[in-house]
Amino acid sequence: MSENPSTTSAGEASADRRRRTKLRLNSSMIIGGVLILLIVALALVSFIWTPYGPSAVDPVARLQPSSPEHLFGTDRFGRDTLTWIMYGARITLMVGIVAVGIAVLIGTPVGIVAAVFAQYPWGAWLGAVIMRANDILLAFPALLLAIVFAAVYQPGTGPAMVAVGIAAIPGFARVARSGTMQVLGSEYVRAAKASNRSVPAIAIVHVLPNIASMVIVQASVAFAISVLAEAGLSFLGLGTQAPVPSWGRMLQESQQFLSTQPGLALWPGLFIAIAVLGFNLLGDGLRDRFDPKMEARGNG
Amino acid sequence: MDENLLEVRDLTITPAGAQAPVLQDVSLSLAPGERVGLIGESGSGKSLTAQSVMGLLPEELRAEGSVSLQGFDGNVLAAKEKTLARMRSDLVSMVFQEPMSALNPLMRIGDQIAEVLRIHGEVRRGDIPGRVLDLLTSVHMPDPASARFAYPHQMSGGQRQRVMLAIALANSPRLLICDEPTTALDVTVQKHMLDLIAERVAAVQAGLLFITHDLAVVAGVCDRVSVMYAGRIVETGSVAQIFTDPQHEYTRGLLASSDLESTDARGKLYTLKTALSYAGPTEAADPTGVAGSGKEVASDDADEPATASTGEGLSTDTSAPLIDVSGVSKHFRSRGLLLRRRSPVRALDDVSFSVAAGQRLGIVGESGSGKSTLLTILSGLDRPTSGQVRVGDIRVESASSTALKSLREDLQIVFQDPFASLDPRMRVEDIVSEPLVARGMARDERLARVEEMLLAVDLDTTAMRRYPHQFSGGQRQRISIARALVTRPQILVADEPVSALDVSVRAQVLNLLTDLVDDYALTLLFVSHDLGVVKHLCSDVIVMKDGRIVESGSTEDIYANPREDYTRSLIAATPSLAGALASAT
Repeated sequence: MSENPSTTSAGEASADRRRRTKLRLNSSMIIGGVLILLIVALALVSFIWTPYGPSAVDPVARLQPSSPEHLFGTDRFGRDTLTWIMYGARITLMVGIVAVGIAVLIGTPVGIVAAVFAQYPWGAWLGAVIMRANDILLAFPALLLAIVFAAVYQPGTGPAMVAVGIAAIPGFARVARSGTMQVLGSEYVRAAKASNRSVPAIAIVHVLPNIASMVIVQASVAFAISVLAEAGLSFLGLGTQAPVPSWGRMLQESQQFLSTQPGLALWPGLFIAIAVLGFNLLGDGLRDRFDPKMEARGNG
Repeated sequence: MDENLLEVRDLTITPAGAQAPVLQDVSLSLAPGERVGLIGESGSGKSLTAQSVMGLLPEELRAEGSVSLQGFDGNVLAAKEKTLARMRSDLVSMVFQEPMSALNPLMRIGDQIAEVLRIHGEVRRGDIPGRVLDLLTSVHMPDPASARFAYPHQMSGGQRQRVMLAIALANSPRLLICDEPTTALDVTVQKHMLDLIAERVAAVQAGLLFITHDLAVVAGVCDRVSVMYAGRIVETGSVAQIFTDPQHEYTRGLLASSDLESTDARGKLYTLKTALSYAGPTEAADPTGVAGSGKEVASDDADEPATASTGEGLSTDTSAPLIDVSGVSKHFRSRGLLLRRRSPVRALDDVSFSVAAGQRLGIVGESGSGKSTLLTILSGLDRPTSGQVRVGDIRVESASSTALKSLREDLQIVFQDPFASLDPRMRVEDIVSEPLVARGMARDERLARVEEMLLAVDLDTTAMRRYPHQFSGGQRQRISIARALVTRPQILVADEPVSALDVSVRAQVLNLLTDLVDDYALTLLFVSHDLGVVKHLCSDVIVMKDGRIVESGSTEDIYANPREDYTRSLIAATPSLAGALASAT
């Protein structure tokens, strides 16, 4: 038996730390991470090396199946499909990063501000207005926004990214708002108020770090959605325009050869699936990892 | 007694992947109809022992040893889930700590009791409603006929725990396990609940395994006590023997630190470390014989100068009280479904009192008495519906934000739950220095103050770079106290600061608070539901009930001759070692 209470608590603390490091990785996160790394690697390698140039046309080798020369086959102009897949990965990741970036940078502060306003008697209506405006935005699908953007400006990767990003804002605003409400109701925020911290300081020092995990999970899921949205928009001709390689447009172009050359549809489809699956799995894994129920309180 | 009802032999539990067992060689026996208490602090393994008996151990724990139960063939630890289910339905039941989470919120409580009877299948279908009524009556549920149709959220904590007991007793078990059944309840309710458990267990002649951290509670209920520490049973004996002649030093320490009426030579509460000189609980509460450091202050608090120690304090007229609360009311308007207005809840109703500088005021009451609301209003975190609050020169109820700022320089709060009141993602140094950041102090100076403060609360400076989850409950409460005192406030407001702590840690934190209040010449407002704690710490006390002050005066007066029935019942219900011992022997 130990006389010194600090010895037992130190033991508890180290056990606690062990539990945390053990929980850090789970299988969804690992699989998701590996799939995403594959896509990122494709995109990075495409800057240094691709089997052929993206616009290298070979009229002799049109619509080839897989072969040692063209690993994934060729399209109707004899362009190498693997090269296009590699270039397409760039667009996919760029759209994801820009769209999610827009959504995080706008949605999260909006959610936090709405929650902070709701704390004050004079700001409750303002918080409500922000969130209802947010709900209205939620009613517009990314596709509709992209069509409007394409009509006003011209169809292209830029407008498509912005449209997808705007459509993803409400999700972040809601996640940030509910997380902020939770943190603002906690006793440590009351303690901070009693310590004379101003509301903006509390939002930065206490709220942001504590809702970061939720926002990261949401970002991972939103990334998967924007990959899908970009592919869909490009398929409809509203996204990335020729001649820039894009997985969605490859799918669309492969339609007429579906019966003769199914490989043309298979490869872009497969990589879209890999990217979406990867980000979704990562999101699930992160969610499990950050689940507050799993956080040991060290008193049990 | 030829065969024991429950026989636990050499129970050792090891978590998967860990070398050291969390439970080691635990042996326990319980004769038919016997009542055994299992005592220990959080993390000592008492709940794991109970789960093993119920066959409810989580899968990732490896259990060795044997648990046998009269009427059950073989070892519970090795039994299959199906036979265990029958055992739980016929032989053993359990009452949990938190009745709200143990009941189905969407089911009427009559149906929940009926469900147990139906699964058990010994009562004929037609007789079930009658039996439900019998059970509710037997646990002294007020108006049992209509209580059947109530949902859990419509009942109070005590009533819900009665329902849990009714459910546990529905299948007439031979063994009832109670896991901290009264920890979440108010003192007066706790008293009734303990009496009820003792009465019902005797009536149905079941054995009782009663798990708690509170020695004073166990004495009134049990015949024998087993004391657990760090996964082992360190001592077993009759209640009288454990209380008067503890053999193991941990038992002695636990006993000493639960006793709030005895102090050592320096006027401190006994802790695990100083327990050696502890003589045992004083028989019969004799108010004049109790010498606590709080008492000494009681005599001369009125003429103590207010701004003696802190130069930057509130400029207070020494003759006027430091805190003056007059006619404060706070109503909460709860909004029903479809904006239907309900009558407002009166959390505070015309509360008036004043506190002189240097005074230590205890605010006592059960949950819902408005004591926490009073604190939030005093600290300017919320505004009263009507009435006036003055702290120093500041009129809190109408204070501007700059006035509130200067109020908070001088009035700091220690919160109840040390796990919730520290931001889990901040380092201790940032947590403790937060009030200084708000003042715009330079970083170096801040850290120096933090270091000084951590030493003052008996934490070493290596704590600065660590995060809250790396500390135990008692250490976290020290961090919380350090944060409150780092600005050198004049007034410290403590909201149940020790009610979430283990008994052995409680004494340490109370001693620390006593020291700091002396060293920093603080005016203390101490809110608690525990009269024992208040009695030790405070010079004056106000008793609150339903948002009103029932009685106020000096601590000694109130304890010696309470004028109100409510105060009397509170005092009577507070478990004390001396009282418990008297009833046990």
